[in-house]
Amino acid sequence: MPQFGSFTLLLALGLSVYALVMGTFSLWQLARASSGLQNFSRSVPERLLETSRRAGIASFIALTCAAFALVWCAFTNNFSVAYILHHTNRALPGPYKFAALWSGQEGSLLLWAWLLSAYGFIVRLRHKVDVRLSAYASTILIGIQVFFVTLMVFAAHPFSMVTGTIPADGNGLNPLLQYPEMVIHPPMLYLGYVGFSVPFAFALGALMMRYPGEKWIHITRRWTMITWLFLTCGIFLGAHWAYSVLGWGGYWGWDPVENASLMPWLTGTAFLHSVMMQEKRGMMKTWNVWLIFSTFLLTLLGTLLTRAGLVQSVHAFAQSSIGDWFVGFMILTFAVCLFTYLRQRDHLRVEHRLDSLVSRESSFLFNNLLLLAACFTVLWGTLFPILSEWVQGTKVTVGAPFYNRVGVPIGLFLLFLTGIGPVLAWRSTSLRSMRRNFILPVLAGVATAIILMAAGIRPWRDEAALYALVSFSIGALVITAVSSEFLRGAHVIAQQTGRNLLSAIVELTRRNTRRYGGYIVHFGVVLIFIGIAGSAFNQVNEQELGFHDAMTIGPYKLVDQSYTEDDNPNFRSEYALLDVYKANKKIAQLAPEQRFYYASQQTETMVANQSNLERDLYVIYAGKNPDSGQPIIKVFLNPLVNWIWIGVLVIILGTAIALIPSKKPASRSRSLPAREINETAEAVAGGD
Amino acid sequence: MKLPRNAAKFLRLWAVVLGFAILILPTLGSGDPLSSNDRFNKLGHQIMCSCGCGQILLECNHVGCPASDGMRKELRIAMDSTGSDSQVYDVFIQKYGPVIMAAPVFHGFNIVAWIMPFAVLLAGTLAAALLIHLWKQRNARQILVQPPALSPAMRDRIRRETEL
Repeated sequence: MPQFGSFTLLLALGLSVYALVMGTFSLWQLARASSGLQNFSRSVPERLLETSRRAGIASFIALTCAAFALVWCAFTNNFSVAYILHHTNRALPGPYKFAALWSGQEGSLLLWAWLLSAYGFIVRLRHKVDVRLSAYASTILIGIQVFFVTLMVFAAHPFSMVTGTIPADGNGLNPLLQYPEMVIHPPMLYLGYVGFSVPFAFALGALMMRYPGEKWIHITRRWTMITWLFLTCGIFLGAHWAYSVLGWGGYWGWDPVENASLMPWLTGTAFLHSVMMQEKRGMMKTWNVWLIFSTFLLTLLGTLLTRAGLVQSVHAFAQSSIGDWFVGFMILTFAVCLFTYLRQRDHLRVEHRLDSLVSRESSFLFNNLLLLAACFTVLWGTLFPILSEWVQGTKVTVGAPFYNRVGVPIGLFLLFLTGIGPVLAWRSTSLRSMRRNFILPVLAGVATAIILMAAGIRPWRDEAALYALVSFSIGALVITAVSSEFLRGAHVIAQQTGRNLLSAIVELTRRNTRRYGGYIVHFGVVLIFIGIAGSAFNQVNEQELGFHDAMTIGPYKLVDQSYTEDDNPNFRSEYALLDVYKANKKIAQLAPEQRFYYASQQTETMVANQSNLERDLYVIYAGKNPDSGQPIIKVFLNPLVNWIWIGVLVIILGTAIALIPSKKPASRSRSLPAREINETAEAVAGGD
Repeated sequence: MKLPRNAAKFLRLWAVVLGFAILILPTLGSGDPLSSNDRFNKLGHQIMCSCGCGQILLECNHVGCPASDGMRKELRIAMDSTGSDSQVYDVFIQKYGPVIMAAPVFHGFNIVAWIMPFAVLLAGTLAAALLIHLWKQRNARQILVQPPALSPAMRDRIRRETEL
């Protein structure tokens, strides 16, 4: 099977190179023919282009076979393959053997290349959407694919063989990765990361061919939304994994690998907003093209930062020596983007006009500004240790306190725009409409602040409480603004059609899925901010617990019923059984655990978490006191964490709705006066 | 409909005040005295664990960490024996080097780390304001040179011919 895998990799490389060469040559010939520089039959390059498309499809099949071969080697314990030896062992459960595909360098590169070829496969199958643009995009995608397959064949071969005696068992999978979410988190993240290659390919292709019209921007936007959704899921699955596995009571550590995934997410989010200005007003064409280029380049930069070992990361299992390859590829990609832009920039020239400062356009502009400032902050914080070492000769750490101080104010401003942006009209917002749309949200925000201060939050006491208060208040403002938008539109539909309010809201959303799906996404963002703001009130307690000893945290009492050990072929474990009481009533039993994995000789904690909407009771078995032999238990009381995960689900729902095509409005059931018709149009279909 | 001049002024002022308020949030609320445990919690979250795990001192939880317990004791001693927070940090920086701080200390070249994001944001805001100003001016010129409005007869003819 390893030989089959190696062969299919070589085959994929051959097919990819063929598709790239033929695609580039044919498109060049066709471009010359179109511009009248060359006079010949178009059928030859068109036929060659078709062979390039088919070679691209075949390369997907070859890479699928290669990925299958690696997974097969993992399931059959073929330790003659170095990758399988280093990342699996016999006792590893089946799902984690499958996850071994992305648990190391070579495997994750294979996953990257396979996903890229899968995206390319979809683009090539759907080439009739726009044959010429798809051909450009397909050729650019195959160019990226050539890089990844070359990297695997020459620098990080997944099927390289073990020399000498083959060990009877493997080294096992990193225990941190032996968690159910790890079977889904990396593929999601990769789907997002790799997926940004598709909008990049369409944007670059459209610029290369001087695509007439705006259809390419619709195609690019849809692809960006899909990949943005995957990246969002991947990032938050990672956060949930960190929260559930790493056992430090938090979900985001500002680790360079986390930062690497956040940067393209921020620029992708900026693009999804600014693209509307291009669609509605024909503005910001250059800006949008560079946002997409930057997003793709940031995915490469993120990979470079973490793979090349330039910055210290807890994701040490990802580091290797392929950084130089990525530097070269990034420089090449940037050069191609810059060259194409300089050559075709007149195609993007547009007369920008703005009617008023108080308009949807300017809110998008400031939204982009803040998102890019946030992206710069993350990039700056990630790179500053390298810069500091270079300038001062001493390395510094840039961790959570830096991002909290610099990033949180920017984040809060963004949250504020999330609320006011949707209620501003395109072109210009009248004072009357501003008064009508803003009074209620502002009152809600101020009332929330007053209530919270009355309830005991003292924003002047510490920074965290201040941030929390501002988050809750702006959150209330945004929810009120978004809800009133829904209610206003739904009210008009209810009047028009006689439906009840809930049914009218559904109908309203169906009539403009993109706009109201977007509002639902904003609603999800607010929930996430509320969840994060809850961390200002975290409590922690650590104590050694003997039989029937008790510890308290907040209103909860934890009583140690027993502690014991267990054993299986994969790991040995120690755990405590703790009864949880609230107001002398038993509400749960928790079993925090610590595992020692035989193959990797590493110890890991398994968190016990009792979670509800109000708080998480997060319990860790921190080890045994060597003197007394009694377990040490660490308990966190983390308020509102569940709101974060619910917020993510709401974002997924909103994005899914926004991806569904809008329904054409039904004919009016009764005649309406002219003024009412205008209001209906404004409320129901007033853009995105 | 165009916004009246005073309303636009008010909006601009409001935006500036709000932006300023959000940007100075981090500097507020630092003057109140904290209890010993709160102060330990605050300082312990500004210092890294020295074992190489890459975690904040009070969040380092990996089993058998050779450093965190000792560092926590050092933090208690430094809090008792020195006055200000910065003196406590100095004790740790002298022993472990600047890398022990979870964020760059506001001194020397490290100031650039703190200023740069806000400088970029400010530069971006100015650039955006300039762009908006230019776009509005262009729009005003466009309105001045707009052709006369279509007559109702012409409108009817266009509607007929385009079957709308």
